[in-house]
Amino acid sequence: MNTAPAASLPESARDANASLRRAISETRRRNAGKVRLAGLQGAGEPWQWCLGGALALGILMVLGLLLLVFWNGLVTFWPRPIEQVRLHDGTVVAGEPVRSQTFRPGQEVLAALDPAPRSGIERNDGMAARTLYRTGNYDLYGDDFRWLPDYEIAEVSRPWDLMLVERMEWGVFVGRIVAISSGGQRAPVGDVRSPDLIKRHEEARRRWQSIRALERGEIGAVNHRLEQERLRLRRASLANPEGGTALDAARQRFAEREAALKAQHQVLADRASGMRRAHEGDLVVLADAAGREKEMPLGAIVRFYPANDLSLAERLGVYLSRWGEFLLDEPREANTEGGVMPAIFGTFAMTLLLVLVVTPFGVITALYLREYARQGRLVSIVRISVNNLAGVPSIVYGVFGLGFFAYILGGSIDQIFFPERLPNPTYGTGGLLWASLTLALLTVPVVIVATEEALAAVPRSMREGSLACGASKWQTIRNIVLPRAMPGIMTGVILAMARGAGEVAPLMLVGVVKLAPELPIDGYFPFVHLERSFMHLGFHIFDVGFQSRNSEAGKPMVFVTTLLLIALIFAMNVSAILLRNRLKRRFQGSQF
Amino acid sequence: MNQTSATARPASIEFGPTVYHVSRGSHGEAVEISDFDLWYGAKQALFSISMGVEAGLVTALIGPSGCGKSTLLRCLNRMNDLIDGLRIRGRISVAGQDLYAPAADVIAIRKQMGMVFQKPNPFPMTIFENVAYPLRVDGIRHRAMIAETVERSLRGAALWDEVKDRLHESALGLSGGQQQRLCIARAIAGTPEVLLMDEPCSALDPIATAKIEELIDELRGQFTIVIVTHNMQQAARVSDNVAFMYLGRLIEYGDTDTVFTAPKNERTQDYVTGRFG
Repeated sequence: MNTAPAASLPESARDANASLRRAISETRRRNAGKVRLAGLQGAGEPWQWCLGGALALGILMVLGLLLLVFWNGLVTFWPRPIEQVRLHDGTVVAGEPVRSQTFRPGQEVLAALDPAPRSGIERNDGMAARTLYRTGNYDLYGDDFRWLPDYEIAEVSRPWDLMLVERMEWGVFVGRIVAISSGGQRAPVGDVRSPDLIKRHEEARRRWQSIRALERGEIGAVNHRLEQERLRLRRASLANPEGGTALDAARQRFAEREAALKAQHQVLADRASGMRRAHEGDLVVLADAAGREKEMPLGAIVRFYPANDLSLAERLGVYLSRWGEFLLDEPREANTEGGVMPAIFGTFAMTLLLVLVVTPFGVITALYLREYARQGRLVSIVRISVNNLAGVPSIVYGVFGLGFFAYILGGSIDQIFFPERLPNPTYGTGGLLWASLTLALLTVPVVIVATEEALAAVPRSMREGSLACGASKWQTIRNIVLPRAMPGIMTGVILAMARGAGEVAPLMLVGVVKLAPELPIDGYFPFVHLERSFMHLGFHIFDVGFQSRNSEAGKPMVFVTTLLLIALIFAMNVSAILLRNRLKRRFQGSQF
Repeated sequence: MNQTSATARPASIEFGPTVYHVSRGSHGEAVEISDFDLWYGAKQALFSISMGVEAGLVTALIGPSGCGKSTLLRCLNRMNDLIDGLRIRGRISVAGQDLYAPAADVIAIRKQMGMVFQKPNPFPMTIFENVAYPLRVDGIRHRAMIAETVERSLRGAALWDEVKDRLHESALGLSGGQQQRLCIARAIAGTPEVLLMDEPCSALDPIATAKIEELIDELRGQFTIVIVTHNMQQAARVSDNVAFMYLGRLIEYGDTDTVFTAPKNERTQDYVTGRFG
């Protein structure tokens, strides 16, 4: 082209354009219907449907899970009717029907049946129906649940006077309240709603609670002081291995204090045992559906209600009082009944501590990696390693936490600061602090990655603007970069929190226990006891569902606890997101 | 530079020597650039630039994209330090102090040189805090002093009347032109000697541009202003002296009227008459 004369250029160019256009339209005609398929597929709609369908499927599964958990969790505490079942052999059983299913009775069972039900089963291809009843009365029957096949049942009724009695021990009792007896005086109970019964039950409960308060509170405090004195003596004897006047003085002091405290303890213990005697003398007589009687202290009954004779308001009352107990009380009956307050508290405290540890640690690491470190091979390796850390199975972190934090770090702390308590470990065993640190380690990659992204997303113009004002690098980071990156950092922290709160496996190694009677916060100095083991909702689910004596009894609690765990994590996430949005609002209207 | 028009020194062989005209101004040079080279890694971006910026006047750097005018401007407050693999040779001095001396305090240098960027970049803070930022990083806590400086700077940037009732609202709520004037206020709040402007109007509409140009005119005399611009009309309107750069070389430098009306170099002529660029 450059050799052609200037005057002929436009013309030749026009020719070239025309031939090119011809060639392109020729190719388009040839390929019509091949490259770009006509119709639906050409528009790409089937792909849209596939993508949308995948999303819908995902949402459906999540919704299904939530619905299952919500439904099962919400109905658990609703009082259900009790059915009294008379069997063909004359036995009378009562219980809450739990669920029904069809099953195939064995040959020998069929052979022993009457001809009428047997032919019915044979018509049904050998299948029969059966219902699971929650009969309670573990102390009488040795079991809480019983399957009753339809062919054994002669009659089902719902007598109004059948009671469901929740007890401190042995699970529920299904039957009737026959009498109350105190001091050998037995007074029959006619009406289960009699104010007298209710009043006496309330009194008995109050007495029981004051026994517990006395034992936990005042006697506990005396024991605590006694332990302190013992530790003080031991400290003195460790400090003066040779003996001497100081040790003698300490011994003297201990002897005095011990005597005083023991006297105090004796007074309190006498009071407690007096109340216990009253507790055990105030009895209630229960009878199951078949009439077998059972005597027990009135104060050991948590709640009773005539299940078949409740108005809606009364049902609601029972429902709410059960929720209240669940949320605010301690567990009973190997965690299958009662509340989960210590577990809620433990989960919350651990997550909070985890966030407090992981946020500064992750943010500082990311700041160094992104802002200060020279971007080279070493930093790339560090970054890849951090990302890979997120993929390590969590149980490995648990083992590391136990070995490093609890045994090495905690062991050293015990040697240095708490020698008088050895060989009992203080920090040298699993506890709230070590669990939080382990989970912080587990979740720190999430925070690092999110923070790095957020820092990288801060526009260069912001940094330059600040530097041009004469700000140092650190001033720029603190005043401009960090505030600007804060929503992104918060996102990372939220993700870390959600992951940490839902983690169970490593916790089993570093401090979560089935039952922790003492909360990590109490009235004894130093008030916050990070070394204590604690309860956790996630572990509680595992424990109730799979480690308890009766998985059928634990099942409803699994759902309720799951519901609670989801709600707790949801609440924590929502509050974190609200906080993030408040931060974000400050950057609204930004053009960058 | 009060040099005679005949003074010339070689910029490079193909581009011919830099042509220096008599430049306007009589207060001496605020910034002196001598024999300055710059490389990004192996690529040389500035070739032996020598020029003096007249104190108290507006000096425009013009030239086609990629000619190195922004690079040169960003060398004046060592903003280019952020770039990896940057090398320089030569000398830039401000008030007799060598910017690139090994012992030079970068932060002190930047405090002497206010800078306004291509896109308005107010910080995500209140209007007041934006302008107070240079004082805050200096550790000044005196409230009355800060308030006074903020007002003076906002008045200086012709923004006071528009924002005096909303000083404690977010700066991000301002319009683009207001944001850029806020950035100018911020730049002059630290009382710099030189004001560097890197295409300050390229992201603004014509009305906002006119306001900024008016403002530059008002600031003339108070500060030494170096402005990079794409817009030759703007250069002609606001500047006293103009430097034309091309492919990293300073081609022609001097009094704006002379460079625009009687350029010596052919490329300058082509550029200022709009034949390329």
